[in-house]
Amino acid sequence: MVFARLRHGLGRTRNRIAHALRRLGGDQSTEETLETLEEILYTADVGPLSERLLEEAEAELKSGALAHPRELPAWLEQRLAAAVRGPEDGRPLPPAEHRPTVTLVVGVNGSGKTTSVAKLVHWLQGQGRSVLVAAGDTFRAAAVEQLGVWCERAGVPMVRGAEGADPAAVAHDAAQAAKARGVDDLVVDTAGRLHTQKNLMAELEKVSRILGRQVEGAPHHVLLVLDATTGQNALQQARRFLESVPVTGAFLTKLDGTAKGGATLAVGEELGIPVLFVGVGEGLEDLEVFDPAEFAAALLAPRNEPAET
Amino acid sequence: MLEQLQKSFQKVIDRFQGGRLREEDVREGMREVRRALLAADVHVTVAKEFTDKVAARLLSAERLQGVSGAQQVMAAFHQELVALMRSDQAPLPKHPRHPMVLLLAGLQGAGKTTTAAKLGLRLERRENRKVLLAACDLQRPGAVDQLRALGDRLGLDVHAEEPGPGVDPVGVARRALERARDQRYDALIVDSAGRLHVDDALMDEIQEVAAAVTPDASYLVLDAMTGQDAVESARAFAARLDLYALVLTKMDGDARGGAALSALQVTGRPIAFLGVGEKPEDLEEFDAERVAGRILDLGDVVGLVEKAQEALAEEEAALDYEKMLSGRLTMQDLLDQFRMMKRMGSVKKVFGMLPGMGRMSGLLEQVDDHRFRRMEAIILSMTPAERLHPEILDARRRRRIARGAGVDVADVNRLYKSFQEMKRQMKAMRKMMTGGRSKKRLLRDLKRSGQLPNLPGYPSN
Repeated sequence: MVFARLRHGLGRTRNRIAHALRRLGGDQSTEETLETLEEILYTADVGPLSERLLEEAEAELKSGALAHPRELPAWLEQRLAAAVRGPEDGRPLPPAEHRPTVTLVVGVNGSGKTTSVAKLVHWLQGQGRSVLVAAGDTFRAAAVEQLGVWCERAGVPMVRGAEGADPAAVAHDAAQAAKARGVDDLVVDTAGRLHTQKNLMAELEKVSRILGRQVEGAPHHVLLVLDATTGQNALQQARRFLESVPVTGAFLTKLDGTAKGGATLAVGEELGIPVLFVGVGEGLEDLEVFDPAEFAAALLAPRNEPAET
Repeated sequence: MLEQLQKSFQKVIDRFQGGRLREEDVREGMREVRRALLAADVHVTVAKEFTDKVAARLLSAERLQGVSGAQQVMAAFHQELVALMRSDQAPLPKHPRHPMVLLLAGLQGAGKTTTAAKLGLRLERRENRKVLLAACDLQRPGAVDQLRALGDRLGLDVHAEEPGPGVDPVGVARRALERARDQRYDALIVDSAGRLHVDDALMDEIQEVAAAVTPDASYLVLDAMTGQDAVESARAFAARLDLYALVLTKMDGDARGGAALSALQVTGRPIAFLGVGEKPEDLEEFDAERVAGRILDLGDVVGLVEKAQEALAEEEAALDYEKMLSGRLTMQDLLDQFRMMKRMGSVKKVFGMLPGMGRMSGLLEQVDDHRFRRMEAIILSMTPAERLHPEILDARRRRRIARGAGVDVADVNRLYKSFQEMKRQMKAMRKMMTGGRSKKRLLRDLKRSGQLPNLPGYPSN
């Protein structure tokens, strides 16, 4: 199963949720049921969106669309799945009309951009596409080396600038090289930046602009890397990054811990940004294509690993 | 003027009738606070425990004037939160061995390596200690290079070994400590790999690293943007390490930082430092007031209630309600009233912005009024004897007072008339309220009626 790994990751966190859901099996009043669901949603980082979902749930019960509180979890699962989209036709990062397809990877510090770039490269290769990487994080000490190690492991060329170099210049050179080599995909890594730092956000806009000057329609894809352990700030991050660059999708990282990534739901619901990939480990192959139904189910389903009950 | 005084009476009555916070005030304030905490990413259970505990205490609190009960409740929560987050513990261990050993641990991307460099710089520059950084993150590609590069940039010595077979974090940490001892460093800061708290092998490893270097202080580095999961990871790290304190990073973003409260609650450890920027100097000592304020985000309400509290303190000193009810009102009491209302006037704008201030606004409209200041001037021109015994104000005294205050005698007469009117009203009100009861009995009854009924689920006191 595609989502087995994600399910496993999510599984650990479902202990309390599963327990709460089991309580729903009994003869609970509407109020008790809603309270339980509220706790489940908040614990999953769904945040203030939970209140709206619960109001909707209550309305469903009142209107008779749902006959019994027992039906609420299933309804909620569908509702959650509807809140966040996956890639169109289940195919993330479709090739652009002309080569190279340019993907810009952005996000706050520590969200896991560089590791995600490595996984992305590996995935693209798996799709039979040739890749070139731009090491655009010229700020963090040794970030280029880190990406270099990954690229070496994946066997793809990497264009780098000196530490402290203008990332837009690196992007420029990489775009040139990608065109010259005729690769299918150019993946551009960038330095982590807090969305509140205006100058760094302006720098990002410049990188995006430069790419557009070199390759028509570039960047074709802008991936926002979101850390699943992040709480409600995820929405704020997405909003601000969206103001600077045309974010086309999210890459949800660190889903192999106990975090559920529920804040992504608000990002999907409010901003309509689809989630394209999830990261579920430290290896190159630890990436899954996002599926909303699976995600919602994994978020709410009772645990199925007996060893951890 | 008369209207003004009537409103003042109303306040006196309010004070007796609503002497204590009502259950609904507490509930409303608690709901607001809980919502704010959840929006700030405080863990559901932590938020609930905190609000329940504080709410129980608040039920017996005396009611403040000038703010709604719910606002008062919210401000009280803020105070409690500050108190909860504040700690006497120094950010660095007080009596470390030599060399002092600090260990940094946390999830991937929390900001351990950056914090290690910032901490090292702080120790060298501010505490004049010679620092060695140990690069024990052999997990993430380039992590060793990162710390080495940071060390170069900041002029900090780094103990780094090339990752390879036979090189493990425990060994690197041990050899770094030996080097720190041999080369007479004052402090060793051990940077460890980011690890998931559910990764048993890596959690074993951090425990072994700690055992190898026996840190004077182990810090859990926590991203301020963390959501509900902060509870899980903090608990797991606290179970493996004898944590000294927490470091909250990325506070220069716009996250509310509720994770700090969650982590603090489950570990029982205070927060020592805040990471507040990209620059190596951007490490600050924790400030409970600031962080609590950011988590609850009730700045306006808190400021407002503080002002009302100040006003209350002075009002209490100035006004003797028993005396007022007895009808023995003096000009001095009137003056004190004016002054109190004037102080409230300085927060007029804030009042205007807040809901539920309808009744106060009429009163406040007159605060800056010219007439109002004139009346104050008149009373100020009276002798103490005149203030306490206005009935001695004859024509001569009134002329003198008018001159002193720079007003017409007619103004003094008008004030005197208002004063008499106010006194009469006081007496009438007293009759109305007491229904013939003695003063002592009346006060006792009023106090009693102001208390809360015992409601299910809420302790009575």
